[in-house]
Amino acid sequence: MSCCAPALDGHGGSKDLLADAARAQRLTEWLHSVRQEAEGIGRLVLSVPDMHCGACIAALESGVSKISGVLSVRANLTLRRLIVMFDSNDADVLDVIEKTVQRLGYDALPVDLGDLDAERDRQEARRLLIALAVAGFATANIMLLSVSVWSGAEASTGHLFHFVSLLIAVPAVAFAGRPFFTSALSAVRAGRVNMDVPIALALLLSLGMSITRTIIGEGHIYFDAAVMLTFFLLIGRYLDQRMRERARSAVISLTRMAPKGARVVADNGQTEWLPADELRPGDIVRLTTGERLAVDAIVMKGEGTVDRSLVTGESEPVAAAPGTRLEAGVLALSAPLDLRVEKTANKSFLSEIATMMEAAEQGRGETASLTDRLAGLYAPVVHALAALTFVGWMLWSADIWTSLDTAVAVLIVTCPCALGLAVPVVHVIAAARLFESGILMRNGDALERLAEADHVIFDKTGTLTTGRPRVAKCLLATVRERSAACELARHSSHPAAMAVADYLDDSASLHAEAIREVPAAGIEARLGTKIARLGRADWVADIARIPAGIQPPATGLAFAFEGETVRSIEMAESLRPQAIQTVNAIRERGLAVELLSGDGPLAVSTIAERLGIEDLRAECRPADKLERLDRLRENGAKVLMVGDGLNDAPSLAGAHVSFAPGSACDVGRLAADFVFTRPGLDAVENALTLAQQARRLVRQNLTLAICYNILAVPLAMTGFVTPLIAALLMSGSSILVVGNALRLSTGNRNSADQVALGDAAVVVTPNGGVAG
Amino acid sequence: MNVILLLLPIALLLGLVGLAAFVWSLRSGQFDDLDGAAWRVLEDDPDDRPTDR
Repeated sequence: MSCCAPALDGHGGSKDLLADAARAQRLTEWLHSVRQEAEGIGRLVLSVPDMHCGACIAALESGVSKISGVLSVRANLTLRRLIVMFDSNDADVLDVIEKTVQRLGYDALPVDLGDLDAERDRQEARRLLIALAVAGFATANIMLLSVSVWSGAEASTGHLFHFVSLLIAVPAVAFAGRPFFTSALSAVRAGRVNMDVPIALALLLSLGMSITRTIIGEGHIYFDAAVMLTFFLLIGRYLDQRMRERARSAVISLTRMAPKGARVVADNGQTEWLPADELRPGDIVRLTTGERLAVDAIVMKGEGTVDRSLVTGESEPVAAAPGTRLEAGVLALSAPLDLRVEKTANKSFLSEIATMMEAAEQGRGETASLTDRLAGLYAPVVHALAALTFVGWMLWSADIWTSLDTAVAVLIVTCPCALGLAVPVVHVIAAARLFESGILMRNGDALERLAEADHVIFDKTGTLTTGRPRVAKCLLATVRERSAACELARHSSHPAAMAVADYLDDSASLHAEAIREVPAAGIEARLGTKIARLGRADWVADIARIPAGIQPPATGLAFAFEGETVRSIEMAESLRPQAIQTVNAIRERGLAVELLSGDGPLAVSTIAERLGIEDLRAECRPADKLERLDRLRENGAKVLMVGDGLNDAPSLAGAHVSFAPGSACDVGRLAADFVFTRPGLDAVENALTLAQQARRLVRQNLTLAICYNILAVPLAMTGFVTPLIAALLMSGSSILVVGNALRLSTGNRNSADQVALGDAAVVVTPNGGVAG
Repeated sequence: MNVILLLLPIALLLGLVGLAAFVWSLRSGQFDDLDGAAWRVLEDDPDDRPTDR
């Protein structure tokens, strides 16, 4: 629980510096998301991704409910949302709510229109659950009545029971069967046949048939079959819906990607806030601490650090100095910066990426799910069989009632109960297994697509590597040099310097004075009497000499005392945990492995060599990656893409199936089918294994369902099926299929648990990773 | 026969009461936040009914 204990003054300090303009902008956004519930009552729904446990609920609810003007607060941990009802006549409430949530240590974003889809999913799931409850009630009661009829009730009692069944079944099917009826109707209208057409037909015919039979008082009566069918099929439907909804809410709700404007500095030094689409190239905009940049721009004045995690997925702050290019969406962490606008907002890097993603997603097209493809085959066959039965019996017995009876029996026993359950049950269990090992799945067919993958493409930075460098080779000669370099490194927050400090970790340090950090060069300080530098090799060489015959490395760092020899410190990227094992395991599976990176050829080939990847491409721009994907697809490859940055987002959206680590940028996570929240790359391999297990089970289930039909159809066509046999066959096959699917929840659990335990120590990330 | 005439409505009625109770609890938001409910039982403050919506 300590992980989530509210940090009372956590964000307070830096956020106070937020410019009034930016703040007003935020509040307008909040105001837009408020919905009027009743006269004078506003309802605000906030997404709070960092809400994790009971302490968070208590802190948020008690904190916000104390604000005057707030009528009620309710936290929803499942969706990580906070629902606030407040007095909308009181204009200041929003402001106070925002401040309070921030003070409690949480980031909150209003849930906007983009989430309406998710809301509709929830409504749909709720309707299905109510329908399921009604169908369950009807099934239980009618089955009780039917059992006594089957075990030989008197004729009059039997008749009464059938009549009661009718009274229950008709409204129950009319209500609970609506999802099937509407779907079948829309399919027929569009001239297609889906799985719901035979279902709806079987329901209607069996019900109509049974009603007539009850009134006449003789013959087979199928009320129990009709409601049981509805019940079983609704279970499958509900599980499917629920998984879709859960997957959607598991992936973090859309963060604002870019602000809608910036403050423009006029010639006379006055600043004026302008919306993003009115910004012109050449305008000078001022970025203050805590603000996001709205357009692509070049720094003109000021030095500071920025967070480019939205663009690159790397959370390390980056130095910005005059001349640095910054993309839209970059967050300023310190010092005001004046920037010159490079491109208009609709040509910014962000909007280019967004356009490419859209195009890529359309290019992938809708891959029909397995069930839908089967339905295309299934429905015509079933209908043909029923028609054949009817015609056959008409010719043989010339009795329309008997023929109709048998034809309906065929439709009932072939109703795809087991088929309807076969796939969703497996997918739900697989999603739960994936969730246990820290992998979030966006939808069920992603699992089918994953099992088909035969070509894996990795991005380098942030995917195969952690994005954090480490010291590979250190040529510091003396103890004096080592402790001096360590002391210098400690004074910088640059990732490379931190790696050096970690590596040397010297306790008997010298004392540094007159420390000066030069952006894009290094750090300089006086140690004792001498000046020392740690940083880029050519910058360090300015004050020292390079040993003869040794070329200073282009990458990596160097260290030197003034006038002495330059010592180089080679840096290497650290691989993501389990990267080597995962790449090997994937290759052993017979999948092609490829590396596509935006980095320079040297860095890429070094990593590829360590991992034994032969197929590599360096300096790929997002468009290049997408083009490579297209070519592979034309050659018939099913590509699994693993990547994290904004530059990977179009390829993640365009690949057959895609993975992103939890550390990826928001856009990357939203574009990927799977998100793994633990640091190890073995998640990809685990998911592949599970996907193949799941595919095997789905196939087994489908085989079982088809076998059942092969057994049941001849029985039904020859007229041997009574309501009792139909009930036994239907429930028997469904139980068999569900039982088989449940094997997935136990298979290999031990190995999965071990992985989970092994990783437990490093799982906890301060911001909870993607858990929101 | 007379017993059945009595028992049948009673059985159906009880079933319907159960169904109605489920639909009511679903509608009143008791199934909205199952994760949160698991934590809320540990809270000392008893006043944690769902808000009216």
